[in-house]
Formats: sequence, structure tokens, C-alpha cells
Amino acid sequence: MIRIANGQGFWGDWLEAPVRLVEQGPIDYLILDYLAEVTMSIVQKQKQADPALGYARDFPPLIGRIAAKMKERRVRVVANAGGVNPIACAREVKRLAPNLKVAVVLGDDVYDRVDDFLARGLELKNLDTGEALASVRSEISSANAYIGAFPLAEALATGADVVIAGRSTDTALALGPMVHEFGWRPDQFDLLAAGTIAGHIVECGAQCTGGNCIADWQTIPDFANIGYPIIEAEADGSFVITKHRGTGGRVSLDTVKEQLLYELGDPRNYITPDCVADFTTVRLADDGADRVRVSGIKGRPATPFLKVSISYLYGYKATGTIVYSWPDALEKAKAADGIVRARLTALDLQFEEIYSEYFGANACHGIAAPAVAQPAEVMLRVGVRGRDKKAVDRFTRELIPLVLNGPPTGTGYGDGRPAVREVVAYWPALIPREEINTRVEVVA
Amino acid sequence: MKIPLSRIAHGRSGDKGDMSNIGIIAYDPRHYPVLAREVTPERVKAHFGSLIEGRVERFELPNLGALNFLCYGALGGGGTLSLRIDAQGKTMAAGLLGMEIEVDDSELTD
Repeated sequence: MIRIANGQGFWGDWLEAPVRLVEQGPIDYLILDYLAEVTMSIVQKQKQADPALGYARDFPPLIGRIAAKMKERRVRVVANAGGVNPIACAREVKRLAPNLKVAVVLGDDVYDRVDDFLARGLELKNLDTGEALASVRSEISSANAYIGAFPLAEALATGADVVIAGRSTDTALALGPMVHEFGWRPDQFDLLAAGTIAGHIVECGAQCTGGNCIADWQTIPDFANIGYPIIEAEADGSFVITKHRGTGGRVSLDTVKEQLLYELGDPRNYITPDCVADFTTVRLADDGADRVRVSGIKGRPATPFLKVSISYLYGYKATGTIVYSWPDALEKAKAADGIVRARLTALDLQFEEIYSEYFGANACHGIAAPAVAQPAEVMLRVGVRGRDKKAVDRFTRELIPLVLNGPPTGTGYGDGRPAVREVVAYWPALIPREEINTRVEVVA
Repeated sequence: MKIPLSRIAHGRSGDKGDMSNIGIIAYDPRHYPVLAREVTPERVKAHFGSLIEGRVERFELPNLGALNFLCYGALGGGGTLSLRIDAQGKTMAAGLLGMEIEVDDSELTD
């Protein structure tokens, strides 16, 4: 049995979680999931500004902080912290933790190969819209293929203490150590599907140990010291989800079921670079306090393609808010919204969308929200999105004047006018898997 | 009688691009047939009105006593494009659990 713990559900997750996982009980592998789609374009910009950057900058200081304990307790780390510059990330880790052996997985970053793909007739059509990539070619800011567990296992085979990947899938971070430890082969699809679903359960950190749990949330103990998840993985593909003793939170059938369904599409066809996993084959059983046993998982062969995530500059947006107090807070907020829209029309500004929400009334659920007879206050939030930066900038001037020249009791404008933000959009596409050749390097 | 879905089910929601995924789970697996009968894609779409622009697709996971709904065009463009506060659909499950369903008394007794 090996213990694989996830200490980071996204870049920005709780900094103490991975440290506590290493210190508060036994684990063999610490995995850390840093990359969301939005992250890739951010790190690409950072690399363009400084060739020594372009990775998750929280990661090297974390390794510096836990390096001694890792050696003492023989904990190995697998993380997709490399962003678009895994080697620079590895060098910074080596600087802060010189006694650790560090390996990187390269080959997912295809930003420099896009023109070559297009020239050879690989259109990289948008999976959702069917559009050809050529229409946004000049606006592209990053392009990465999702890679699976086998390159990570290859990196672990070098004996590295720390394995740094770029755009590996979240689930591969858990499956990679299982492939390495148990010698699972690329055609053992049931085992690969089991490791993939284990990875899915833990990939969002504490979301399977009581965080964001709707079931009986008021009774979940000690959120302040919530334990992050640990997979106790067996060579036969069965596993237990648990957490360190004495930590807060809860692992139960309810918490695990909620996370199994999180961001799920067709449950029979969970497609990864390693296999297609079938969530309708999952069997759960209570295995004692804060322990859930998972077994029975079936999988099928992976597809001939890898997903490529491409980011590109789409346009601009801005959102601003004003608060109105009772009486008639919602009526005042709606009147203010009408005034803003009339003024934008009079200025002849063109937007792709203008969207208004009323916090305290129905912002999250629309008509599904319960009606509130007389809310104490309502916050109007108006947003615009468009291709023309000047129009979006002009919009940001139209909200605060309402405090003086619109309905009464407008307040809450203290942060000044809203900022204009770039909208970086995502272009999902497929590429034949033989186009992507990963390689492992040990960084001296 | 009418009860809120939250009395027999919990759930979690998230995003897949401009789609919201809403997972609804029976607290007691014996209530799964009630979920399957009452929580149809048509009712989910009607419950949220204009928040869901496209169709709603339903998948069944009887092994978990759960249903998974994919709601197309439910996040105002999704991801970075969306102008909504809940651009990732994090609250959609809670919203759906407020829906009223029709059950027979005998279906709720142990």
C-alpha cells in the first residue's frame, strides 16, 4: 500500500496544507495541482517578461520549507508547478533545496509549434465551435497538450525526490506514482481508470474532506484545521480515501460522492490521456471513521488524441457595483441599471454583452431564488464585455456618478471606478497523440 | 405531498466551459428512484429560467444514488468571459436543491 496525499487543489490554495500533510502523519507521495487553464496564459506572460519565470512561484519556497522533512520521512513530490518553464522552476527548487534530486517532464508546451501544425494541415479546430484556429492565430498566448501519468512515472524512475511537470492532467499526478510503484502497464485500463478516479477525488484538495460540502455542513468539525486528502492505494486498483488523524473536516460517503460528481460530464466517458474511466462502476463502502473504500472501477482504452489547451486574447471586460439600502432597495437598483443602460446607448458604445445582477435579491439563482419582500440592501453589479477596450473603459466612468445623479441611497463606491480587464479565452482542440513526445530531464 | 429536494438529497456543482454541471445525490440510496422520477432535465431547465440558455442533459449514476445534469449555456459564456458573479456555477446545486418535488408519504418512511 502507498499513501498519496494532495496538498494543493489550485494555485492559491491553503499554503499550510502541504506542510501539515508532511508533518502530521505518514505519506509516501505529496502531489500538488497548480494549473488551471487561466494559469497557463498568466505564466506565459511572465516568461515573456522574464525568461527565468513562467511557473508556479509558490512552489520552490514550499519545497525549501519541507525539504528536510521530505528527506527524513522519504516523501516524494509530484507537481504540475512547471507552467511553461519547468526547467527554471527546477533550478529555483535546487537553489532552495540543494540536497533534493529534481526531474522535469518536458514536451507538453507546443506554443512554438502552432504554425508548424497549421502548415501541416492540423487545423486545431475548436472542440466546442468547430472553428479553425487560424481565425485567432495572432492573439494566441499559450498552447499546451495535456499529458498523462506515464511520463510522470518515467520521471519517478530516475529516483527524483521532486518531479515537476508542465500541463499534466490533474488526475495523472495521483496515477503517476501508482504506475511507478505497482508497475501498471498502458493496457491495464481498469487499473488506470481506478488511479484516475482516485486522482479525481483528491484533485480539489479539501473538497473531498468536508470542504464545500452541502451534506450536513454545520456538523463538520474543525474547518480551521481541515485535513487534506490521502489515497491509500493498493496494487489491485482498490483504494481508501482518508486524512491524517486529529485533523479537522470529514471523509464520508457523502463527502466523497459530492466530489465524484464535481465537474463531471458523461460519467461513462471520463476521457484522459491514459484511459477512459467509467464513473458508473465506482463502488463505495464505509471503512471506519474518516475512511471510504473505493473499488470495482472499470476503464477502456484511451483515445488516439490528446487535448490541447490554447489561450488567446479575446477582448476586455469590466464590472462595477453600487449598493442601495432599504426601503425599496431592489427598485432603486433596477432604476439605476436602467439609467446606466440608457446612458451607454446615448454614447453609442458597442458591447458584446451587458449583464446586471442584484445581490441580496437573486444574483446567484435568478427565478429559482426565494423572493425577499423587503431586503435590507441590494447591490447592483453591472458588467460589460467587448472587443473595443475604449468602450469598456468609457463604461467604467458611468457608475459612480449615479450616487449623485440617480436614485437615493446609493453607496459603496469607495474602491473607485472598476478596472478594465483583459479577457483571455480558451480554445480546446485535439491533436494526434503521436505529435507529442515527452522527455524527462534530471536538473543538476 | 410537496417537499424541497434538499430534504432527501445533497449535491455539488461546477463548470465545464460554458456548461454548468450539477450533481444531485440521494442521502438514502433507497430514495434514488424518487430523484430519477422527479428531477427531469425539463424541470431543471424550467427551475432556473433564463439562467440556462441551452438544453439540459441528464446522466444516471445508480451506483452512487446520483444524477448528473449538464446545463448548456448556463454560465454566461463561462470561464473568463462570463460577467456573472457565479461564473463557475458553484451555487447551482444549492439552487436546484430548493426545487419542490412531489412524493408519496410512503416513499419517505423507513
